[in-house]
Amino acid sequence: MPLEALGAAGLPIAVGLPAAAGLPFESVYLRSIVAVSLYVSVTAVVLSTVVSLPIAVALGFSDFPGRRFLAAVITTGMGFPSVVVGLLVLFAVSNQGPLGTFDLVFTREAMIVSQFVLATPPITAISLAAIGGVGTDVRDAARVLGGTKVDVALVTLKEARYGIATAILAGFGRAISEVGSVLIVGGNIAGSDGVSKTRTLTTAIQLEARQGRYDTALVLGAVLVVLVLIVNAVVVRIGDEGVMQ
Amino acid sequence: MSIQRREFLATIGGGALAGLAGCSAVTGGQQAQPGVAGETLTLTTTTSTYDTGLLDALNAPFEDMYGVTVDSVAQGTGAALETARAGDSDVVMVHARSLEDEFMQGGYGINRRDLMFNDFVIVGPEGDPAGIEDMSSAAEAFATIAEAEAPFVSRGDNSGTHTKELVVWDEAGVEPGGAWYQETGQGMGAVLNIAHEQGAYTLSDRGTYLSQRSEIDVGILVQGPIGGGPELLANPYGIIAVNPAVHPDVNYDLAMAYIGYVTSPQGQDVIEGYRANGEQLFFPRALSEDPDFQQYVPEGWSSDAGDS
Repeated sequence: MPLEALGAAGLPIAVGLPAAAGLPFESVYLRSIVAVSLYVSVTAVVLSTVVSLPIAVALGFSDFPGRRFLAAVITTGMGFPSVVVGLLVLFAVSNQGPLGTFDLVFTREAMIVSQFVLATPPITAISLAAIGGVGTDVRDAARVLGGTKVDVALVTLKEARYGIATAILAGFGRAISEVGSVLIVGGNIAGSDGVSKTRTLTTAIQLEARQGRYDTALVLGAVLVVLVLIVNAVVVRIGDEGVMQ
Repeated sequence: MSIQRREFLATIGGGALAGLAGCSAVTGGQQAQPGVAGETLTLTTTTSTYDTGLLDALNAPFEDMYGVTVDSVAQGTGAALETARAGDSDVVMVHARSLEDEFMQGGYGINRRDLMFNDFVIVGPEGDPAGIEDMSSAAEAFATIAEAEAPFVSRGDNSGTHTKELVVWDEAGVEPGGAWYQETGQGMGAVLNIAHEQGAYTLSDRGTYLSQRSEIDVGILVQGPIGGGPELLANPYGIIAVNPAVHPDVNYDLAMAYIGYVTSPQGQDVIEGYRANGEQLFFPRALSEDPDFQQYVPEGWSSDAGDS
């Protein structure tokens, strides 16, 4: 199961930290919430990217009436309040909702759905801007060299890769730092054995703050920042290796 | 929680059994597994039961006994009941009798039991500017605060504590409002912090106050019944199963097993023995030699009077 693998990935930061900081919880608790945070956000961002890139390419390479309007709608989606997304997803997955039969309320899958909705607009909009920024000369050159439409698209994507990496990171940043929707659809559940089911770093921070334990909340916040830094470094690294090939 | 998951588990279980069938001939018989093992019970409850740590202590023995998982979602009484109304939880543990009664009268909840109690206390800043200390009536204390227009922080979140606060305002004959009255929409811990920072009064459940007492400069000014104060500040908790006739896919069997456990001598002992910072926070109330029929029905309900 990918969750355990992610737990292992989060291990270097999480292990020993509670003891070192004198925190009122065990490392298994911290490890599991780091794992849930990563599992939910990474899955959501991967799915978002898979959906967003073709849309960005299609919009970037075509011209039709309403194209600008569509782009404006996507850009507006970047500012969509996460709490509202959480409520809409809750209504959808609730027992009475259209997806009620799948029994998704208070599961990680529901959290992935809401983060997918949140991450897709920024990834699409920023990718679209990056693709638009690739000069027409590059496309023309690819076409002149006998490239098919797919070849031209691939060349453009390669030229726009830094912008696209930024887009993915923006989507990831939105997903992992978001608290409103995952709290509503996930329920912030951790078992009596201290293992998180749907508790993420952000909802754990909210839980600590609710009880006035601001110091613990800040430590969890620091873990979240470190985690985001690591993910950013990894994505940038992948982008660089892509250049060398 | 749902039929789908159970069917899924049954399929997996069946597959595993088929795979093991060869082995059982060698090991000499299969071990019987209880039918509920592996299932998940979704409990929606209030922040006070969760934040005080009681639920973890209470749920662990139940999970071991039945081989199940309890997903506790801490939401506040209003939201907990709303989630149950939508069929998204199996059992609710809350503390606002009027809201519980509404829930049962709507047909959403059945088999209500009294579970435990603690009490509310009126807390405020050290100087006690409104002068309510040791008043024997909660309503009088609230009326005095309103008259002095001393700052008061309200939960404002339709929680059990908020519901109780509104009852006390009602008794005091005051419609709270104005610059001195702040509705925060936050949990109890956050509200106590705000009261601490602003030197304001608030109504708190004793458990959350005790667990935070060391960090804040607000003190108990009017005690609840546990400290010899007015009965109006009693804080009884009830537990209700979601009606499987309304929501056929709730895990009713497991919900009833859970209600059975928490109201059993064993579960009540856990509640009685639970300490946070050396203090007892909850007092068991499910067991009594004398019959108490009112716990099963909406308050004041009588079969003679027809619908209440």
